[in-house]
Amino acid sequence: MEIPIKVTVNGEVYEHRVEPRMLLVTFLREVLGLTGTHVGCDTSSCGACTILMDGKAVKSCTLLAVQADGAELLTMEGLARNGELHPIQEGFWREHGLQCGFCTPGMIMAAYQLLEENASPDEKEIRRALEGNYCRCTGYHNIVKSVQYAAKKINR
Amino acid sequence: MYPAPFEYHRARSVDEALSLLSQYGEAAKLIAGGHSLLPMMKLRLATPAHVIDIRTIQGLQYIEDRGDYIAIGAGTPHAMIEQSELLRAKMPLLSQAAAVIGDPQIRNMGTIGGSLAHADPAADYPAAVLAAEAQLVATGESGERVIPVEEFFVDLFQTDLDEREILTEIRVPAISENTRCAYRKFPHPASRFAVVGCAAVVTMENNRCSDVRIAFTGVASTAFRDTGVEDALKAQPLTSQSIEKAAALAAENDELEIMEDHFATEDYRRHLAKVFARRTLNQIASAF
Repeated sequence: MEIPIKVTVNGEVYEHRVEPRMLLVTFLREVLGLTGTHVGCDTSSCGACTILMDGKAVKSCTLLAVQADGAELLTMEGLARNGELHPIQEGFWREHGLQCGFCTPGMIMAAYQLLEENASPDEKEIRRALEGNYCRCTGYHNIVKSVQYAAKKINR
Repeated sequence: MYPAPFEYHRARSVDEALSLLSQYGEAAKLIAGGHSLLPMMKLRLATPAHVIDIRTIQGLQYIEDRGDYIAIGAGTPHAMIEQSELLRAKMPLLSQAAAVIGDPQIRNMGTIGGSLAHADPAADYPAAVLAAEAQLVATGESGERVIPVEEFFVDLFQTDLDEREILTEIRVPAISENTRCAYRKFPHPASRFAVVGCAAVVTMENNRCSDVRIAFTGVASTAFRDTGVEDALKAQPLTSQSIEKAAALAAENDELEIMEDHFATEDYRRHLAKVFARRTLNQIASAF
């Protein structure tokens, strides 16, 4: 039996009926067409599907869409404002924080939660906050630099 | 990966969840954070016909000081336990264990009640609640039942919970001023589960150990207290020599059936238990 859900994604309210077994990431990508959130390992290890749910970073491959009923979600698509990149996006661009780019949306959303809670993290804190996100190009060094760039820019 | 089809029920109270449980019996599974159940459902290792959401119950997420003990609502996520000032001050072991579960995203969703009721042999909390001498509150249709933690873990993924009960609260005694605790683990490099995890609580009186509690996770089919190590330290001073001697006795009980998999053999796990007993106790010694 399909279940009605109401979610706010990037400030917009959506109402849909979904099959209970539909994963939140599938709902975002295939029902709402928001393909900025990626499916990587699909087993809650790699973090490519990371989004923010009520301000907390979560792995949307390991959540049912019905569990997000009533929640406020923030995805990659909700970061830029009026055509201007969010400081974290800008950091990844400036510091070459991506190679193939597949892990990038998840990295950016995990970094988003970190910077909300800790405006000037040190390198160790950044690496710990990104522990749930894998970059198989192994470009971690520049990812850390990208987050440091964003922290500096936000604090300016 | 899609789970097999199921019917979804949103419980708004513990009573409503209990009546759904009694209605659907074995065909039902409770879901809170879903970080144990959903991965199993996606792999079709679990195919419940009914999933009862208890994350929608108000009032299962709390950490409260009740004087003698700290009460933790079963629906409390790991991140809240990790960051709780109350727990850090009065029973830091729980915060220490929560801080090394999975990764930040998992700690935002996964709950202490879900982890304990799932009883994964490699989960972090079981060792911590054993060493903390916690009490677990199960709520059923006839009311609440308090389960001492040493009776809770029955076997691999099996607990003392009845299928029509819900784990609703975890009670951990506050530690005294002359008590220190620590949790150390060897995380599996891919899954971050504990290949071996050691939790310890040590109380000192007149420079000697008056109370020692050591528990392991990851080693056997359930987490367990290691009385061999505990007894070796009782009434002894906490020095690198006494720790070395006691840690050498870890996981040596003949009745233990030590797990073995492609990552760690029985011998390697036993060896790691000794190493992590030593590291955990050394960390405690340096905290006095």
